[in-house]
Amino acid sequence: MYKYDEIDRAVLDARTAEFREQVQARLSGALSEDEFKPLRLMNGVYLQLHAYMLRVAIPYGVLSSEQLRSLAYVARTYDRGYGHFTTRQNIQYNWPALVDIPDALDHLAGVQMHAIQTSGNTIRNTTTDPFAGAAADEIADPRPWCELIRQWSTTHPEFTWLPRKFKIAVTGSPADRAAIGVHDIGLRLVKNDAGETGFEVHVGGGQGRTPIVAKIIRDFLPQRELLAYLTSILRVYNLAGRRDNLYKARIKILVDAMAPDEFRDAVEAEYDASRGRALTLPVEEIERVSSHFAPPAEGEPLTDIPTGTAFARWRAVNVKPHKVKNRAVVVIPLKAPGATPGDASAEQMDLIADLADRYALSEIRVSKEQNLVLPHADKAALGDLFRALDGAGLATPNHGRASDIVACPGLDYCNLANARSIPIAQAISTGLHEAGLDDATGDLTIKISGCINACGHHHVANIGLLGVDKAGEEVYQLTLGGVGDGQAAIGKILGPGLSADDAVTAVIACVRVYAEQAQPQESFTQTLNRLGTDPFKEAVYGA
Amino acid sequence: MKTITANRLTDGRVVYLTPEKSWTEDADQAVRLEDDATDAALETALRDVLTVVGPYPIEIDADRDGFAPAGRKHVRETIRLTGPSAGSTKLGGAHV
Repeated sequence: MYKYDEIDRAVLDARTAEFREQVQARLSGALSEDEFKPLRLMNGVYLQLHAYMLRVAIPYGVLSSEQLRSLAYVARTYDRGYGHFTTRQNIQYNWPALVDIPDALDHLAGVQMHAIQTSGNTIRNTTTDPFAGAAADEIADPRPWCELIRQWSTTHPEFTWLPRKFKIAVTGSPADRAAIGVHDIGLRLVKNDAGETGFEVHVGGGQGRTPIVAKIIRDFLPQRELLAYLTSILRVYNLAGRRDNLYKARIKILVDAMAPDEFRDAVEAEYDASRGRALTLPVEEIERVSSHFAPPAEGEPLTDIPTGTAFARWRAVNVKPHKVKNRAVVVIPLKAPGATPGDASAEQMDLIADLADRYALSEIRVSKEQNLVLPHADKAALGDLFRALDGAGLATPNHGRASDIVACPGLDYCNLANARSIPIAQAISTGLHEAGLDDATGDLTIKISGCINACGHHHVANIGLLGVDKAGEEVYQLTLGGVGDGQAAIGKILGPGLSADDAVTAVIACVRVYAEQAQPQESFTQTLNRLGTDPFKEAVYGA
Repeated sequence: MKTITANRLTDGRVVYLTPEKSWTEDADQAVRLEDDATDAALETALRDVLTVVGPYPIEIDADRDGFAPAGRKHVRETIRLTGPSAGSTKLGGAHV
């Protein structure tokens, strides 16, 4: 993992002290709410329905055990004993008091964590594959590049007031577990014909009100040119992006309005003008940052294999291959039947930190599916890991399966939401479990958003639900066929909106159609493409 | 009929304006306003910048004895009133 140097620490300490002064100024009346609001948002502090919400950045979803314990401490001390892991690989606390937040941030600064740029019209936390540096199918480790982007983008003066928020995702694997197709910029590590590693550059993807799949504007960008090229894209956007209409301010609208070819020409012209200057990365700097992400040493072979089917099922579903001999990637779904997606108690966080120390080189990841991951588990310890996780209710074998449901906080917590998400997710999860369907399908994604901002990523769900307000009542639109990872696709609305109860029934009915009619090894999308929407419509709306 | 609600500055908790122009977490103590009295009450609330953030009027059910949000935003305001209906940190929770 990357370790802060003196400059990093000094910047963070100064920022934390500055925010403490700003909070004090608001409490004393020296700052008005209008003056304070943009300052608190720059430091990750929102005001939600019931309380302030603190969103803490987890850089590219990577945590040390020490950091996870600190997150648990904040949950226990300043919240109600829980944290909520988000679809952007961050964590949110739903109940901190404003007067306590400077103390919470002081504590987090002690372990290299902060809430800077987790809100506002700026470059947000870069996201990546939760299996980065471990995945057996990886072309190259994306983490050094995420770290370089983090250092370049944090408090970047030119990009602090963009037309709108800006999200960058990086994948090192052809499988793309980072959903690069629905980000403002998506970077895919690729090899060219000469065997050199570089980036395929995707721009203008996004979800929200106008879901669009990103366009490729460069097939191969040399690694050393990454920051120069990102700067060129951001400059074109910063100058030409719309600031007159909140709903047309994202880069996807600009790319669409200019047409991708014209946008690419503008970026290339900017890049040509700046090429060869200070932003070309020195090889030594790439090597210095990469040295923080060395592959793990080999583990020991698995010999202690618990008897019974539970371990075998867990291993088949939640344990993934690792690029290093006798290491394994272990997914810890925060998705027991009826659980709140993404919520973890302080005790669960402490336990996972302890297990990471004992069995997995002290490292944890957060996935955009709102789960935790031990990326470098020792294969010899899989039996012990399973027993410990199972004992804590953290071994539900559903990673990537129907009950691994993603949901935003929705109207129960969020000031922007129009409808609730969490109780819908809980009811679907419970219903699938009771119907015996949580274990009866192949890979399948169900995602729920409580408003069109799409924090629950419903647009790219195989089965998506969008909550809307219809004359004061919560109504849910059902979409089918979305895909986030790999070849991104936006789901299509199946039919009229549904009440909350009917939406739960409808999703379970769609899962049942898939379970009953899928051919062996067929994904949900393949089944949908083969059958068309008719059997699903019939299951949901009747003949 | 309406009342005025806001979030408390120090901790963000949901509060309601009282007839005495103070703030309370107890909705049953909230001021009940005829429509034509709402603007003046809101103006008073907006001046209380060291106590609350973002005061705004909400509709309440005039026919109910107890406090009950009404109108198009009744689901949202019921959740604000009674707490989240779901999630690990709900306390009691809304029934809407």
